[in-house]
Amino acid sequence: MADQLAVASRRGLRPALPLLLPAYLWLTVAIFLPLSAMVFFSFMTDLPLAGKEWAFTLGNYAAFFSQSIYSTLLLASLRLGLEVTLWCVVIGYPAAYVLAKVLKGRSREAIFLLVILPFWSNGLVRIFSWAMVLREGGILDTALNAVLPFKINIDLMYSYPAVIIGLVHSYVPYMVLTCYLTLQAIDDSLIEAGRSLGASRRQVLWRVIIPLSMPGLIAGAALIFVPVVGSFMEPRILGGRTGTFYGTVIEDQFVAVFNWPLGAALSFILLAVVLIILALAAPVLRRAG
Amino acid sequence: MATTRILEWLGRFYIVLLLSFLYLPIVIMAAMSFNASPFYQLPFEWTTDWYSSLWQNDQLIVATWNSIEIAVITTIISTMLGSMASLALYRYEFRGKRFLQALLFPPIAIPWLITGTAMLIFFFGVGIGRGLVAILLGHVALALPYVIVVVSARLQTFAPELEEAARSLGANQWQVTMRVTLPWIMPGVIAGGLFAFAVSFDQFVVSYFLSTPGQTTLPVEIYAAIRKGFTPEINAVSTIIIVVSMALMLLTARFFKFGGEK
Repeated sequence: MADQLAVASRRGLRPALPLLLPAYLWLTVAIFLPLSAMVFFSFMTDLPLAGKEWAFTLGNYAAFFSQSIYSTLLLASLRLGLEVTLWCVVIGYPAAYVLAKVLKGRSREAIFLLVILPFWSNGLVRIFSWAMVLREGGILDTALNAVLPFKINIDLMYSYPAVIIGLVHSYVPYMVLTCYLTLQAIDDSLIEAGRSLGASRRQVLWRVIIPLSMPGLIAGAALIFVPVVGSFMEPRILGGRTGTFYGTVIEDQFVAVFNWPLGAALSFILLAVVLIILALAAPVLRRAG
Repeated sequence: MATTRILEWLGRFYIVLLLSFLYLPIVIMAAMSFNASPFYQLPFEWTTDWYSSLWQNDQLIVATWNSIEIAVITTIISTMLGSMASLALYRYEFRGKRFLQALLFPPIAIPWLITGTAMLIFFFGVGIGRGLVAILLGHVALALPYVIVVVSARLQTFAPELEEAARSLGANQWQVTMRVTLPWIMPGVIAGGLFAFAVSFDQFVVSYFLSTPGQTTLPVEIYAAIRKGFTPEINAVSTIIIVVSMALMLLTARFFKFGGEK
């Protein structure tokens, strides 16, 4: 392997530069400079545009720490992220297990594709599709009333559970994907060895299978938790009035209230929280990779 | 062994449950787009009116064209730049290479809400402002890391001796790349391109912050329509989008698997 690499790789940054520059320049202009600009703007009183007066201030961050509404909403978003992640584990892990260890050959391939397919279709549209199922007089309501002997009213639309359902639906394929990849890598003989040495199914699950698939669980959790904490469209559509979270407040600063510096500060605080969480997950992932 | 059989059947049943959870709302949305009642009332009455009324909705048509145009340009640019970068990362060994590879993850891992608002602030600050150009700048940046990851994965299966052999037979760098390397990594490049198209065509959050009333994309237009109130017209256009993106993904899967086998 080392020999092969020596043949392929040639030393020096200079010949690589013309190939690398366009892509990395683009990323710099459209991702890294904007992120730095956001940090910069978050310390300003106003945007330095059209001759407006501006000065440096810590006021935007002071607002986060002095008004409890922002930290309350951040906590609500973190809780939402945690709940959605847990549901994705509960629903996704068993499915990944069945895919990796029960199904074989073509049916496994086909079902795997079916599970991750919706994930690549438009997220906004999938969230919207739940509106038809969850509203009063919607499909769930009509179907349950047709089956059940007594009359019930299902109107989950514009509620916290509706937001959870929509988000779990959006993100569960991530968990199935990452767990499937690690579960598939577990040698079946390890499981058989455990069983033949007298371990019960439950013991094999907790002592062999779950520890070995931990990297997949952690990766899936990070991939789900981070975007859910920053979600705003899903709570808006399915949560209605109850759907105010940290993400929707940031959205408001940019599209309704037009307090961009405050929005930038709130975004940066979210970014810091997200980076801390990713940093905590990184050692576990590196050990696996 | 009987318990094993029962557990396996329970597992299969569970997969069916999961698949219905995943597809049920989409199927219902599609069905309702063919239902005559504008308030989604049952019993079901077949109509295609909502689809034909889409043709009269100029705003939606303009937004659709914008979406397609931006997705196509994003695909072309990000596939080219991304493939070049992957080639460099594969071929050359230099200090800071791992850092460059690590730089690909922030665009994927940071929530789009943060990336989108940051782009809005920066583009406004430097005078690009909002609109289709800003959206295109953003989409290419979001698609690039996906292209690089996918093409790099394909390059891992490439035997470097082939390049060496071509070179020793007198081919120059350009000929080696175009005649030996590129044909080999083509399935990866195509898969990367399809990924890029999907990333751009389905992108909502970043486009939302970068669009203006006249210059917007289809998902942004749909979001505005949903917030005004649900209509079967949104169902119709949403159904079309879902079908298009799923077809694209199936195509990608074909190429990507093909890429993994050889």
